[in-house]
Amino acid sequence: MLIDLFVDDSSTNKDQPQAEKPEKTGLFKKLFSGLKKTRQNLNNGFNRLVGAHAKLDDSFMDELEEVLLSADVGLDLTTRIIENLRADVKANLLKTVPEVIEFIKKELEKTVTFDEEEKQPSTKNSKPLVVLVIGVNGAGKTTTIGKLSFKLKKRGKSVLLAAGDTFRAAAADQLETWAERSEADFIRSNSGSDPSAVVFDAVKLTVSRGHDVMIADTAGRLHSKVNLMEELKKIKRIMSRELPGAPHETLLVLDSTTGQNAVSQAKIFNESIGVTGIVLTKLDGTAKGGVVINIVDTLKLPVQFIGIGEKIDDLRPFNPKEFVAAIFEGTTLTETKESE
Amino acid sequence: MLEGLSQRFEGVVKRLQGLHKLTEENVSDAMREVRIALLEADVNISVVKDFIANVKSLALGMETIPGVQPGQQIVKIVHENLIQVLGGDTANLNLTGRGSTVILMTGLQGSGKTTTTAKLAAMLKKQGYRPLMVSADVYRPAAIEQLGVLGEQIDVPTIKTTTDMNPEEIGRAALEEMTQLNANVLLVDTAGRLAIDEQMMNELSKLKDILQPKEILFVADSMTGQDAVNTARAFNEQIGMTGVILTKMDGDIRGGAALSIKKVTGTPIKFIGVGEKTSQFEQFHPDRIAGRILGMGDVLSLVEKAQENLSQKDAEKQANKVLTATFNLSDFLQQLKMVRDMGPLDQLMKMIPGLGGALKDAELDEYELIRTEAIINSMTMKERGQPGIINSSRKRRISRGSGVEVQDVNKLLKNFQKSKKMMKNLTKMKKNKGKMDFPFAGMEN
Repeated sequence: MLIDLFVDDSSTNKDQPQAEKPEKTGLFKKLFSGLKKTRQNLNNGFNRLVGAHAKLDDSFMDELEEVLLSADVGLDLTTRIIENLRADVKANLLKTVPEVIEFIKKELEKTVTFDEEEKQPSTKNSKPLVVLVIGVNGAGKTTTIGKLSFKLKKRGKSVLLAAGDTFRAAAADQLETWAERSEADFIRSNSGSDPSAVVFDAVKLTVSRGHDVMIADTAGRLHSKVNLMEELKKIKRIMSRELPGAPHETLLVLDSTTGQNAVSQAKIFNESIGVTGIVLTKLDGTAKGGVVINIVDTLKLPVQFIGIGEKIDDLRPFNPKEFVAAIFEGTTLTETKESE
Repeated sequence: MLEGLSQRFEGVVKRLQGLHKLTEENVSDAMREVRIALLEADVNISVVKDFIANVKSLALGMETIPGVQPGQQIVKIVHENLIQVLGGDTANLNLTGRGSTVILMTGLQGSGKTTTTAKLAAMLKKQGYRPLMVSADVYRPAAIEQLGVLGEQIDVPTIKTTTDMNPEEIGRAALEEMTQLNANVLLVDTAGRLAIDEQMMNELSKLKDILQPKEILFVADSMTGQDAVNTARAFNEQIGMTGVILTKMDGDIRGGAALSIKKVTGTPIKFIGVGEKTSQFEQFHPDRIAGRILGMGDVLSLVEKAQENLSQKDAEKQANKVLTATFNLSDFLQQLKMVRDMGPLDQLMKMIPGLGGALKDAELDEYELIRTEAIINSMTMKERGQPGIINSSRKRRISRGSGVEVQDVNKLLKNFQKSKKMMKNLTKMKKNKGKMDFPFAGMEN
């Protein structure tokens, strides 16, 4: 996975395989402040649950369901959790409110943790490495590419950015600015031209100039538009024709404020193009992380990065454990943050 | 639009309509399904609760009307409540009053503010206003350029700004320029921002003080989940807003934001974005959307679309052609174009009652229309007027010219003959009534 590029070879720390050490403090801070609202909501919910309910009765279950739904966990998953819970309570496996809450935390953590064995083979050694970035309108594709490019540059990689969004007004200008900021090479074509043509030229240029990584931007498209999905397939076809094995990564950018629609976005993009990883953007807002749980659960796709701001270094590796912890262990985390 | 929700609701409606007797139990069962439908659609949980409680108490408390199935009455209650949740009456822009008006566009990153600004400007221009646009987004790279390019596309002037200006300066300069350029509506695009970003929210409220906008529109992505109401509420509390625009409604959206925002913020949804083209922008009608959700179709919007794109004169001319049976392929081509001008076919079909659900999986191919146009375009004027003269050598030429097989040309000619026959029969039947039912042609204004 692309994320492997950012993991030090020497790193043997199994607990946090994806964390970049020098940035860790920053990551914690950002993620905490971003997830504060979620945490507050869930915590309020949980605290309310613990405080108000001495017994594991129906009204407790109803309220618990409400808490999970409000966090965008989704009806399916929530129903499943509650059903499991009822069964366990009935069988006397869970007896107290705190026990139940502990159980749910574990369930969710299990769901969001992407099994190491399920991971795609590493693309770390592919050279050049071609990355295709896709997603619906306004998800944050171009910004993500800018940040990714900066990250790669910092690792000493030579990068080419291809302006495959030939539809949205000034999209290429936007990417060009990011290319300048991250000191990457840049290729564009006339607005309104065939994006496949830009991608074709970009692959050629990547090979001839010996770039390490090429990242292709694409126009935002709603997954329900058949024609636009066909266009994307063509882009992918051209890539693999010009460079066998390409694209080595197809990153789907998802806006974390999106509700359950994100699941259908991930599903359809994955079915028609094949997605190798997800980038979750705008996690610095009040958006809840619940939908991620759902996506990893239903599609077995790894979330590789999260976007937590508009600055060039506001892109971080996704760490499932930290993510769930940040959502559910609010009190402890607040203390950690305060002690920093 | 809203397919998932309407499919669920259609199921509930069907079951309700069959009920002869209302009991606490079967009403509760139906409401449980309504609840699932709403929750799956990302509708805010508190809105769902209120909705269910409301409908349930109305349903159980209502007096049965003799001759009307109780289930039908519940459907009516659900319909009315849906309209209420969606905002009740259609909300218009408040551009009245003397002098010029400022519209401030706000919202989160990526909700579609810049595109929406241009869409709204294009709509206002069409209505006879003299709009002017300005971008106060000095943060996102090329945001200013984007608005400039869109301005050229829709032929609306855009004030040149640069990223080294601050938004307040831009606001003041724009007000001055507005008078100079004799514009009467100024649309101000702003940078996307999070409601929790204090600094950026302060900037917005300063901009508001300078501009004194009559309308502050909050642009929201219709795919937003439970967070939609949180953000909208925060914006409303901090800046105050006069209306909401929901974007990307052309996707397979669930409708959560649409069903939650008005109820929670008290601010009406005024417009919806339904496509990537600047013309794909519509006023939001709660009653019509409620109708679509319940699978009742939206004939009113369909008629309006037809009226927008057809002049009365054209319509009469077409009707006349049909009546006198002189309808030929040129007229057919013209009708095809009119239909295409009305917007994507799949969107049109969904407005027809009963068709929305039926067409769920049918791939409505725009391509078929384009191909038919291409075939007719490859014919000579004479061939279009008298399709009878098209022999096999002509067919081969036409097929080569339009890039299709000869069979496709045959199919088109056959279909045309068939519909002409049908028209003749229709004409015979309707002649005495003096009124035509031909689609799109005889529409009353």
